Amino acid sequence: MSSTSSPAPTTPETGTARVKRGMAEQLKGGVIMDVVTPEQAKIAEDAGAVAVMALERVPADIRKDGGVARMSDPDMIDGIIEAVSIPVMAKSRIGHVVEAQVLQALGVDYIDESEVLTPADEVNHTDKWSFTTPFVCGATNLGEALRRIAEGAAMIRSKGEAGTGNVVEAVRHMRQIRGEIGRLRALDNHELFAAAKELRAPYELVKEVAGLGKLPVVLFSAGGVATPADAALMRQLGAEGVFVGSGIFKSGDPAKRAAAIVKATTFYDDPKIVADVSRGLGEAMVGINIDTLPDGERYASRGW
Amino acid sequence: MTSPLIGVLALQGDVREHLAALTGAGARVTAVRRPEELAEVEGLVIPGGESTTISKLAHAFGLLEPLRARVRSGMPAYGSCAGMIMLADKILDPRSGQETVGGIDMIVRRNAFGRQNESFEAAVAMAGVPGGPVDGVFIRAPWVESTGALAETLAVHRGHPVAVRQDHLLATAFHPELTGDHRVHALFADMVRTAR
Repeated sequence: MSSTSSPAPTTPETGTARVKRGMAEQLKGGVIMDVVTPEQAKIAEDAGAVAVMALERVPADIRKDGGVARMSDPDMIDGIIEAVSIPVMAKSRIGHVVEAQVLQALGVDYIDESEVLTPADEVNHTDKWSFTTPFVCGATNLGEALRRIAEGAAMIRSKGEAGTGNVVEAVRHMRQIRGEIGRLRALDNHELFAAAKELRAPYELVKEVAGLGKLPVVLFSAGGVATPADAALMRQLGAEGVFVGSGIFKSGDPAKRAAAIVKATTFYDDPKIVADVSRGLGEAMVGINIDTLPDGERYASRGW
Repeated sequence: MTSPLIGVLALQGDVREHLAALTGAGARVTAVRRPEELAEVEGLVIPGGESTTISKLAHAFGLLEPLRARVRSGMPAYGSCAGMIMLADKILDPRSGQETVGGIDMIVRRNAFGRQNESFEAAVAMAGVPGGPVDGVFIRAPWVESTGALAETLAVHRGHPVAVRQDHLLATAFHPELTGDHRVHALFADMVRTAR
């Protein structure tokens, strides 16, 4: 998107694809942190977060508590918007158009149509083109990412498995997406039509990705990052930034760990710096082995 | 004459877009994250991003003082959006501990045009950039609240300066690096060549 030149509009236009996707470009190299109170939001901002995700419960607690997970209370989102000057994101349930409308009305800077919440529609995702507020969506593979972009997502995050403190699924999904992009690069024009069919994604997007060698929107990683080394690993695998959910505020020293993850995300390719910032962080979140999760509790399988 | 080597401060933000725009404007480019990398470049772009994050990382990794020293000694620098904030002598509403490099005698207001829902594109006529208005992409953008005698306003939008130059320093509230139009970067590359 950033390489295409078009005439400047004469009257100011909000909500353009360039403004929505461009917002995510500004977050690159950064860390987006889940927070549940204004105090946590301030800790995240002071640690150098590029944005916060306002939630009622972090994914680890959603897992523990069970029940239906929904959009957060508007008062809570207002409180967090009030507390910080960095961008504030919030989650809507997959396909819950009204939750997304409410979040836009509250003035959040980005909406995460998220598998961490309980899906509201098992067939359709939200038409994200119809919103001024940009959307980020999760994906486990390239076809899923491109279907979300076709629906208007202006940013993609690999899903991982939220609330586990286990990076294995984040690695799997990032390798899957990047690997599929690499394979598209090797195809000739005749083969791209069949590739689009196999990916179940629009041909035009498949062709664009094959040409660019990357998604046409920013790609972050999410779901299981708990340490500075985890964040640096995801960057080395091609993530342009990371979301950290439960990993910070479920750890022993959130302020210190948050600042360390920010530094490791910038200097992801410098093991000495990653080592330095990893010292004395206190306890990491305990974490869950994915193969002990029952199928119904695997959030990454939500969304299609 | 070899083309100038221009760095892009790569702590956080839309570094890749600036590297591409500078290359398109005929410069050689490199990413800058360390003081020794800063010492190599003839000019520096501070990209768009989160100004609080960039400021904290610059401070934590010992870049703030070297940046100030080089800007004081005449190294050309260009900042877009967060980069404009970093080049301002003063922020109207800084977060606690938010420090700037400074150099341009101006006061900026962060997120002055509003939150993301108010972010917009508009045609902006910019002095020193030939060929008609540029596509101004304003994303949670700052504006310049006031300028001192030495700072020259190059563009105004909704009554506020959004592009400013002071000698070897250039700042825009908007993001030319997102548009594929390299004229603003060409202006900066010329500033770097002139400063040689």
